[in-house]
Amino acid sequence: MPGCPECVSACVCSDQIWLVYKGHPMQQFLAAQAASSNSSSPAPPPPPLRSRPTRREPQQSVNKEAAAMADEQQELTRAFSGLGGLGVEETALVSALGRWRKQPEKRASFRRGFPGFFSPAPTASGGAITIERCEDEYVRHLKTEFSRFKNLMVLWAMHPWERDARWAHRALHKHKKHQGSGCILVELACTRSAEELLGARRAYHALYSRSLEEDVAYRLKETEHAGLLVGLVAAYRYEGARVSEDLATEEANAISAKPGNNEVLARVLATRSKPQLRATFRIYREIHGKPLEEDLIAVGGICLQEAVRCLDAPAKYFGEVIAGAFKEGADKQAKAALTRVVVSRSEADMEEIKEAYVKQHGAKLVDAVAKNTHGHYRDALLAMIGK
Amino acid sequence: MATLTVPSSVPAITDDCEQLRKAFQGWGTNEALIISILGHRDAAQRRAIRRAYAETYGEELLRSITDEISGDFERAVILWTLDPAERDAVLANEGAKKWHPGSPVLVEIACARGSGQLFAVRQAYHERFKRSLEEDVAAHVTGAFRKLLVPLVSSYRYEGPEVNTRLAHSEAKILHEKIEHKAYGDDEIIRILTTRSKAQLLATFNHYNDAFGHPITKDLKADPKDEFLKTLRAVIRCFTCPDRYFEKVIRLAIAGTGTDENSLTRIITTRAEVDLKLIKEAYQKRNSVPLERAVAGDTSGDYESMLLALLGKE
Repeated sequence: MPGCPECVSACVCSDQIWLVYKGHPMQQFLAAQAASSNSSSPAPPPPPLRSRPTRREPQQSVNKEAAAMADEQQELTRAFSGLGGLGVEETALVSALGRWRKQPEKRASFRRGFPGFFSPAPTASGGAITIERCEDEYVRHLKTEFSRFKNLMVLWAMHPWERDARWAHRALHKHKKHQGSGCILVELACTRSAEELLGARRAYHALYSRSLEEDVAYRLKETEHAGLLVGLVAAYRYEGARVSEDLATEEANAISAKPGNNEVLARVLATRSKPQLRATFRIYREIHGKPLEEDLIAVGGICLQEAVRCLDAPAKYFGEVIAGAFKEGADKQAKAALTRVVVSRSEADMEEIKEAYVKQHGAKLVDAVAKNTHGHYRDALLAMIGK
Repeated sequence: MATLTVPSSVPAITDDCEQLRKAFQGWGTNEALIISILGHRDAAQRRAIRRAYAETYGEELLRSITDEISGDFERAVILWTLDPAERDAVLANEGAKKWHPGSPVLVEIACARGSGQLFAVRQAYHERFKRSLEEDVAAHVTGAFRKLLVPLVSSYRYEGPEVNTRLAHSEAKILHEKIEHKAYGDDEIIRILTTRSKAQLLATFNHYNDAFGHPITKDLKADPKDEFLKTLRAVIRCFTCPDRYFEKVIRLAIAGTGTDENSLTRIITTRAEVDLKLIKEAYQKRNSVPLERAVAGDTSGDYESMLLALLGKE
């Protein structure tokens, strides 16, 4: 283990961190930190939104100065890694900058106390002097966390149509292998109004010299969802409230008759108007006693399931996407989804999303966001979510 | 291109409305007057006339027309007077409800219109029928045709001239392969035909011809009775040579005993402001007879006069 001679007592390398490294050192470190911060009780009233885990080192009372430094390092660690949340705590970073000016040894000990992110690397002069170099993974991680605020602002400034077109393009071209890409397209196609979807398709023409359905069909041609996604993306649904109960019953029966056959369902989902579809889902629930999504889980069509959820109750769907970003072990796509949902829905149905979130998770959305994000990113999100 | 002739000094809209009103009033109808006015106004003028007529007389112009005249003449005048997008919406609605395999109406609307125009048709369809076009097509069309026609009417193709040659080569190869295996309803064929831009498709078909020595439509003639192949050929021809495609439809409508008035009316009213002149030239070339003469020989009365007016007769 990397030696840290002068700061054995002060650095954060308490026993629990030196676990057997199964995964990447950084992930292990983060997991350990998360564990230590979750397992300890919250500190006495800290400055708002920056809770510090209590330190477990037995020497803390012994060396008060060392403890203070450990405290600062914890803050900095937290601020830098966005532990337990998204974004970085810019104010803490800047104040650490100020406090540690002209004290390179403090920075050095911070780096040494951060073993997941910095590892010792011998310099050219024969390994006698080592520096703590940044892990590449950590640099990428930092970039992501720091740029959350930037991404949010850039997206906020764009026209909604351009936003949607860019998300669709990225989903198709960058995240092709990831199953989340299909979900982004389903989200765009099903939660936007007919005019918004048309606008997004126009923007796609202008930006990429291709039509959206062309790219969807081409990029997803080997997968089973190709037909469904092209249909969803090309739809121009009637926007009136007219609903035919007979038709809804007929289609609910048609769907039940062939539960494994996705063609009927794909056709219905891609062409009927939203109020008509909701009637169909309602009747399906009445006939079978459980919602259509549940039956679709069994059949395994994840895109179909997403489509049904988005069309039936978009606010609830968005609430779940947001909650997914806060979960332990959420991946990059899930976290990026937070920005996407808040920016795209802040002027649309944010109120309904807040209500649905409270119902689903028992906590208010603003509280959850405040707890799980940091810095300017957090402030921007809260501003977009509103009171 | 267009055969519609509009007089160089167009009377004021109020005059037109007055004349039309007079044509409807009293015993009988002055059909010649109707033809001489409506048959010589372009889409914008017709729209203005309809608006002014409704404001002045409190009644829709189309309503007056249906009350006063009937039969093929009425259908021709009504279809002609409508806005192009509305007209296509009405035709599409009919085409979907009365669909049978081999029915060409939906294919024509989806492929022989520009991307933006097709979207205008979908919007007009919403307003008029309170449902979406793809909904009705999906509900009334069955089988492999549905897999082809629903994406075809929902497409919003890119309209630019950019062509990816490599892609054209590879997609021509894919088409050839699928056709060789007689997999005419294959997903790939449908994908290419229903999503690629017009310029890209033309490049693909050209490359098909270059690489395999004959046009793609030739390979789709394996079975003359197969309606799906007929539909595929119609799709391709509407893209590559719309004037010859429409010439053929008209030729088949006129030829032999009896006349298919619906097809004749449809083509003439929808193409009079677009490319009816080219269709006339193609007809002359193929049949050695001017189209006006053929139409006059096969139709009569006011219906004939209306069609001839739209064909450009003074």
